[in-house]
Amino acid sequence: MTMIEPIIQIKNMEKMYELGGETVMALKGVSLDIKKGDFISIIGPSGSGKSTFMNMIGCLDRPDSGEYMLDNEKIGKMKRSQLATIRNEKIGFIFQNFNLISKLTAVENVELPLIYRGMKAVERRETALAALEKVGLADRANHLPSQLSGGQQQRVAIARALAGHPPILLADEPTGALDSKTSKDILAIMKSLNEQGHTIILITHDLDVAKQASRVVRIHDGQLYENGGEWFADAQNGTEKYYSK
Amino acid sequence: MQTLKMALKSIIANKIRAFLTMLGIIIGVSSVIVMVAIGQGSTKDVQDQIGSLGTNVLTVSVTGSDVTFKEGDADQIKDVNGIEEIAPTVSGRVTLKKGKTNTQVSMIGTTSSYLKVRDLQLQSGRFIADLDHENHSKIAVLGSDTAQTLFGLGDPVGESIKVNGTSYKVVGVLESVGSSLGTSGDSTIIVPLSTGQRLASTTNIGTTYVKVENENSINFVSSRIESTMNSIVGDADSYSVSSQKDLMETASSVNETMTLMLGGSAAISLIVGGIGIMNIMLVSVSERTKEIGIRKAIGAKRKNILLQFLIEAVVLSSFGGIIGVGIGVVSAQIYTVVTGSTIAYSIPVMLLSFVFSLLVGVVFGVFPANKASKLDPIQALRYE
Repeated sequence: MTMIEPIIQIKNMEKMYELGGETVMALKGVSLDIKKGDFISIIGPSGSGKSTFMNMIGCLDRPDSGEYMLDNEKIGKMKRSQLATIRNEKIGFIFQNFNLISKLTAVENVELPLIYRGMKAVERRETALAALEKVGLADRANHLPSQLSGGQQQRVAIARALAGHPPILLADEPTGALDSKTSKDILAIMKSLNEQGHTIILITHDLDVAKQASRVVRIHDGQLYENGGEWFADAQNGTEKYYSK
Repeated sequence: MQTLKMALKSIIANKIRAFLTMLGIIIGVSSVIVMVAIGQGSTKDVQDQIGSLGTNVLTVSVTGSDVTFKEGDADQIKDVNGIEEIAPTVSGRVTLKKGKTNTQVSMIGTTSSYLKVRDLQLQSGRFIADLDHENHSKIAVLGSDTAQTLFGLGDPVGESIKVNGTSYKVVGVLESVGSSLGTSGDSTIIVPLSTGQRLASTTNIGTTYVKVENENSINFVSSRIESTMNSIVGDADSYSVSSQKDLMETASSVNETMTLMLGGSAAISLIVGGIGIMNIMLVSVSERTKEIGIRKAIGAKRKNILLQFLIEAVVLSSFGGIIGVGIGVVSAQIYTVVTGSTIAYSIPVMLLSFVFSLLVGVVFGVFPANKASKLDPIQALRYE
């Protein structure tokens, strides 16, 4: 096996929250390496620390302790404005409820990350249209989100995530608001993007969705577990015996 | 540039709300402009009127009732250095009658120099001559309003009228001088000084108009006259020496205070308009929390969000300002057409009120914009 450099290196990441006067340990020393070109899914029930972990990977929040290297940049204690730049350049977000701005057309939504990158208008429009082309929505460029179906909206969101050519696509329950057929389409798009070389991190609570990834890690009670593929069956049975370290 | 486009877009998306928000600024700016235009218009009016009396003229008034100031005393003023001409006057009110038309006008009895001192023009005929004064002639020069009242469009020169029941011959008519400080300069009749003294039944000179040789030395001349008057009359409280400039300054300072007060109260409405903007921007921020979260998640920095909302506030207020200037000018124009009074537009005031409205946008936009820029993206994304 050739050495592929990890694009994400997380070591002993910890995060605490104050919740109603009580301190909740959301992440209890999590470590994870993700290689370039990986398609990894992180699965866990609500309250497992899944969202917190996603916020950390997505640079929306800062860990209390531990190390985080993203594409050779030390994220650890960056300022908020630096984090904004990292988010803009390194991460393409795909959300459960699409999170498109309703007043903007599809192509304008796709342009948004490019605006904050300071790209010129003409180049921006071209790049955005190319991204829409990639998800097969070039003919819907001037539609408002409200004029698009759920699956189309999610494809616009994927185009927005792709537009800036970030090294990582971070998808948070991308199929959570879609019917099963549309979900399949979206997952197919993500698979093909992975085959084109995009690193994809998929966060979900749905095992069927998680299984689409080439690598699956489970988060439970603030800790990560990864032991091959055999625990899937048990997870479906509802037992937890294999998850202890 | 892109931020400006975004701001315009979100304003257009909420047209009615944007208009109502701007309304405060529109009313504020337009009322500043109207108030100041009217205020400055009346200042200009007064200044023009007073200025028309001539800025090189001093007025020496004897006001005390127990002092005597005769024609001979007035002649002493003439000896003061730097005086070109004086015109002693007596005044009173008389009733004029021509045929069946009666009218009450103010009578001025004076000498031939009055025409030159007061810088008056004759419409027709001649003015009072020195000989008329010596002869106590019953001749009269009419103000333009008086002439019109008694003779209509006809020529009064050579006609005779009854002044307090006695027949006088009209020898001339004056050009209109307009009204000043509530008294019409055209509803007058001018007679020789000696005749006027008889009509007013006093030999005391009330007001003496003094034309100085050099406008610049008016203050020196004024103080020299003061000392001469002091030696003649004695009692310093019974006379006053004033220049038209003094009058003008008094009148315009009254007007300026008025303008300032009008403008000030209008400026307060601008501030109220600003609070309206702040209110709407705060609503807008909480309405768009989700949008802010999305923008932040995909890489908007604090300053991007700050700028977006600030520019939106400034665009609102400056649009309001521009519309306000337009409405202000139009309503001032309507006011002057309807009431016929003078207005004066002040370009600096227009610019100032526009800049002020911009400033209001910045000042009252900062707080909501700052609030928006500080939102935590995670919290904002979760907001529904």
